[in-house]
Amino acid sequence: MATLELKNIIKSFDKTTVIQGVDLQVEDGEFVVFVGPSGCGKSTLLRIIAGLETATSGDVQIDAKRVNEVSAAHRGCAMVFQSYALYPHMSVYDNMAFGLENLGVPKAQIATKVNGAATMLRLDALLERKPTQLSGGQRQRVAIGRAIVREPKLFLFDEPLSNLDAELRVSMRAEIRDLHARLKATMIYVTHDQVEAMTLADKIVVLRAGKVEQIGSPLELYNHPQNTFVAGFIGSPRMNFLPASLLPPELTQGAHTIGIRPEHALVDSSNASTSLVMRVEQIEQLGASSLLLGKVGADTSFELVIAGQTQLKRGDIVNIVLPASALHRFDTAGQRI
Amino acid sequence: MIAFLTRSRGRNRFDWTDWLSYGYLFLGLFTMFAPVLWLVMSSFKTESAIQEFPPTFMPYTQQMVTVAGHDKPLPLYATTLPSGEVKPMAQLIRMGLVATMVDPAKPSEEIKIDIKQRVPIKHIQFAIENYTGVFAKFNFAGYLWNSVFITVVATILTLLFNSMAAFALSKYQFRGQKTVFILIISTLMIPPTIILVPAFLVINTVGLFNNLWGVILPAIATPTGVFLLRQYMLTIPDEMLEAARMDNASEWKIYWKIILPLAAPAMAVLAIFSVMWRWNDFLWPLIVLSKSENFTLQLALNSFQGELNTQWHYLLAMTVITLIPITLVFAFLQKYITTGIASAGVK
Repeated sequence: MATLELKNIIKSFDKTTVIQGVDLQVEDGEFVVFVGPSGCGKSTLLRIIAGLETATSGDVQIDAKRVNEVSAAHRGCAMVFQSYALYPHMSVYDNMAFGLENLGVPKAQIATKVNGAATMLRLDALLERKPTQLSGGQRQRVAIGRAIVREPKLFLFDEPLSNLDAELRVSMRAEIRDLHARLKATMIYVTHDQVEAMTLADKIVVLRAGKVEQIGSPLELYNHPQNTFVAGFIGSPRMNFLPASLLPPELTQGAHTIGIRPEHALVDSSNASTSLVMRVEQIEQLGASSLLLGKVGADTSFELVIAGQTQLKRGDIVNIVLPASALHRFDTAGQRI
Repeated sequence: MIAFLTRSRGRNRFDWTDWLSYGYLFLGLFTMFAPVLWLVMSSFKTESAIQEFPPTFMPYTQQMVTVAGHDKPLPLYATTLPSGEVKPMAQLIRMGLVATMVDPAKPSEEIKIDIKQRVPIKHIQFAIENYTGVFAKFNFAGYLWNSVFITVVATILTLLFNSMAAFALSKYQFRGQKTVFILIISTLMIPPTIILVPAFLVINTVGLFNNLWGVILPAIATPTGVFLLRQYMLTIPDEMLEAARMDNASEWKIYWKIILPLAAPAMAVLAIFSVMWRWNDFLWPLIVLSKSENFTLQLALNSFQGELNTQWHYLLAMTVITLIPITLVFAFLQKYITTGIASAGVK
């Protein structure tokens, strides 16, 4: 249980600056997700919080105490690594007990805590096994269990689900959400998967090239993206961006780029005059919905999700209506107007 | 086992490549193993049997017989009597080309015959007394203890110090890390003979001359060991160490509880190497240890070879005993040796 504050964190390796001044406030019990494309510095930022890397400048504060000089062991954080980093020569029990043993916790107390965590994560039957004898999902749970038993102030997750298959990822996601609800602990989670970010977070931090692009709740980011990067990164399928010249001025209102999410654009059968004309190039039938991919204007790609199934075929021409309320307007620098 | 030994390339029958490969393997087996086998067989021969010409493979001894009226047993010969009869007779004395023989049944009758008329009666006998004699006559237990002490202590210390150096060189970033590593590796280029005298001067100055520690200490740090362990430790993921650091483990604990158990295969290889090096080491102990009570087995073997005469039967017996530990190491740990060489790419 803790708050975390980052103040103007800068991190450089030799001449390249990978984190360019990040400020962040994390409240007690919050689930914060760092999301961004690979190489945006999100893992580095997490490692700085954990104390595995030192920031070139700036302060890390946990519970309003500056911890820059405090070693990783004494910050009271627990981390779940992408590769799980379980100790392969120790049993599941020993893996989970290792941290407590290092703290000098009495044996009986260790047993209680480890068994408690094992029950919570359904690992009771596996305690004597070695990590190599476990499946990916089980290893993941052991790694989480290792973090839980220490009752840390702060949970740090570094892309914990990226090594799992799609199905397992969905169920583990639910487990982590459940865990957060039960422990009410402050958690920081790094991922490059915006779906994970949207489904888990109380607060999302979108990072690009070492800079914070936007901080906000998942729906805030979805409804009011601050710039084209966030708009394109959050939401699936991606938001469409159209040059303002394709649309009438009363819709664009002086914007340079217009964004609209594929699920907000509508196919118009009434042939209204304000509609765009799209040439359908591909159709993905998902049953419950259909995804149309095509071109509008000269050569601008456009995607469109329609509910239900469709009779449209490749090469068909459809009219699209863009509801004014669903439009996102951006200026030449890509900032929201 | 038989199916394994008679495996062939052709199905159910021998291809010509099978003949070639089996021939090559047998040739190799013969050239490698024949001298060792000869050594073992010879170590069971009596002193006189070793000197015999032409040499025999099996340890033959002349049959001896006790004849009434003589204190010592006499050698038995199949003697061709002047009558043409062949009879086993004991030889009393031999003067030049004439031997005085006696029939063990009739000790009073002495016959003088030409030595060409008699052939020794021999039988196979393993001279175990070579081995028991080694234990009884020489301070064998002392030599063995010295060898074992040096080998075991030097191996333990080699593993400890080399693994610590390798841990630092593989898992810590510090200024001059590469330089230190290259310096360590570059000492491989200097033949040990070149540093023999300076090393001896150091050992002598610190007062370790004629001390077993004088053999152990200079052998502890080996560039090969550091290199072998470092290369292996590089394959241990850093995340494991970071996880341990998050788990409140001290750096010493990370080394002891995480790195050492995970580097066990490489440690096993180095242990084998170290045992072989120290057990077979000759030149350095020869220089440092001059008192006979400090001798290792290898030095004791050398000291058997006297200037004027050599007690070959004892020398051979002791050589065989000296070979046993290293043979056992090879036989049981050869799997680790091959994998270790393959993984580290060093000799």
